[in-house]
Amino acid sequence: MVATKKERTRPLVWVGVVPFFAFVTLFLFLPTAMLFVGAFQDEAGGFTTENVSNLFQSQYLGAYRTSIALSALTALLGGVFGGLLAYAALTGGTPRWVRSLVTTFSGVAANFAGVPLAFAFVATLGTTGVITQFLNEALGLDLYGSGFSLFTFTGLAIIYLYFQIPLMILVIAPAIDGLRREWREAASNLGASSGQYWRYVGLPILAPSILGAMVLLFANAFAAYATPAALTSGQVSLVPVLIGQTFQSDVLSNPNQGHALALGMIVVIAFSTLLYTLLQRRTARWTR
Amino acid sequence: MKRGFSWSKVVWIFLGSLYFLIPLLATLQFSLEEGRDRYGFGSYAFILSDPGFRQSIWFSFKMAVGTVVLSLVLLVPTVYWVRLRMPRLRPVLEFVSIMPFVVPPIVLVVGILTLYRGAPQWFVATPLILLCGYVIHALPYVYRSVDAGMQAINIHTLTEAAQSLGAGWRTILLRVIVPNLRVALLSGSFLTLAIILGEYTMASLMLFSSFAVYIAYIGQSQANPAAALTLISFAITWAAMLGLSAIGRRAGADQTQIGGAR
Repeated sequence: MVATKKERTRPLVWVGVVPFFAFVTLFLFLPTAMLFVGAFQDEAGGFTTENVSNLFQSQYLGAYRTSIALSALTALLGGVFGGLLAYAALTGGTPRWVRSLVTTFSGVAANFAGVPLAFAFVATLGTTGVITQFLNEALGLDLYGSGFSLFTFTGLAIIYLYFQIPLMILVIAPAIDGLRREWREAASNLGASSGQYWRYVGLPILAPSILGAMVLLFANAFAAYATPAALTSGQVSLVPVLIGQTFQSDVLSNPNQGHALALGMIVVIAFSTLLYTLLQRRTARWTR
Repeated sequence: MKRGFSWSKVVWIFLGSLYFLIPLLATLQFSLEEGRDRYGFGSYAFILSDPGFRQSIWFSFKMAVGTVVLSLVLLVPTVYWVRLRMPRLRPVLEFVSIMPFVVPPIVLVVGILTLYRGAPQWFVATPLILLCGYVIHALPYVYRSVDAGMQAINIHTLTEAAQSLGAGWRTILLRVIVPNLRVALLSGSFLTLAIILGEYTMASLMLFSSFAVYIAYIGQSQANPAAALTLISFAITWAAMLGLSAIGRRAGADQTQIGGAR
């Protein structure tokens, strides 16, 4: 309908998408395929399943466990606190400026990850951090003496929440906006209490969005490299950090093991993305 | 009837803002410290006079602009063409555009470095290889904004109108489609700018001194200037997001503000 007759010379239509698909093949698909190949190669280039079966050895399995536990914990806590904050900040009665401040700040904080975030927390809760010193001098509470350290699993979890909570607020905001006031009024007209409204109406409607958002948070934390790399320099063994180490200290490590580790990451994230897609489909029913 | 206002909400928001503000204030205090109980702008002066700061931020800025330009050059014609002529390819395009979430930067960079180990020097020894990685990294965000922009305008009618006036494809794209996508393209660009300016993973594994790599380097030895750099980096992210939301307000629509894992 659009084309004139001359341009309808069919075979040439696909030429228009060649540059883009060539680019993603060269810099996304082929590099990923290389990892699949490398994961099943030994250092001489022969076929082996050793790298992949090594993943189930304690040091690598432990790293996957820690990574998954950290991502799951911060996804859960980030989901709960982010959800509550989004509800508090975005629903009726809140002044407009609070609303726009919260969403803009969330945009900043969700993107303010990586190295600077690590240093912000070193300045706050590090050994000479402002809060650490304040607690010590004002309350006589020695944080590091009582076993806390920023360079541990707990410390990383506290830092990760700094980008997980805002991400939750951004992702869940449309769903919370989609809760219609009529539903609440209808429930209260029928005599439902606020608790009953949430138990039987609000949460069931929001549940797929909340779960979907948490899966997104999980993948987000699982992939994070800069923050733990800048902070713990390998004290907490996480999969992305291990991969980074394999390729930076080229002397003692086997790059094919790094490929297998990377392959494992793709599998975990692909699985959670699949889950996310399924949950999104369920959500779509209500957000029309 | 008061609608939903309650003290518990105020308390939640207050506690939330404490968690988010304290690290920033602590960083501010840390960046101003000059020895015990002495404060000043020494750290900032040190950073601003360090040639490494200017070089790294200039490098990251060039990379960010390059990423925006190359992404748009690749995506605008493709999304346009697929919507106009090959609608059956749209699901494929959607799928490709979320792939960078499945293959995170740390994995992608390892794959790229392995694949191009023996490639010519003009490619692997220059920021060109990093630029290509960044375009993939930014793909989900750029695609989303370009696609949303095309959704909002009627490209079929615009194309027909332009064609009936005798315009060729270049004219249609550059003088009809792109000007109508201005808001969408700007918002995608700002988000990409914010993401690439703070990118650490790929740059550090490819051994380029990007801004984030420089911050990490300073942080290894000098805690107070690192705090100053942290605040500067926060201010840059904030500026990019303010730009984004200003565009969003003008467009009257919510824009994507989600960066993703670093």
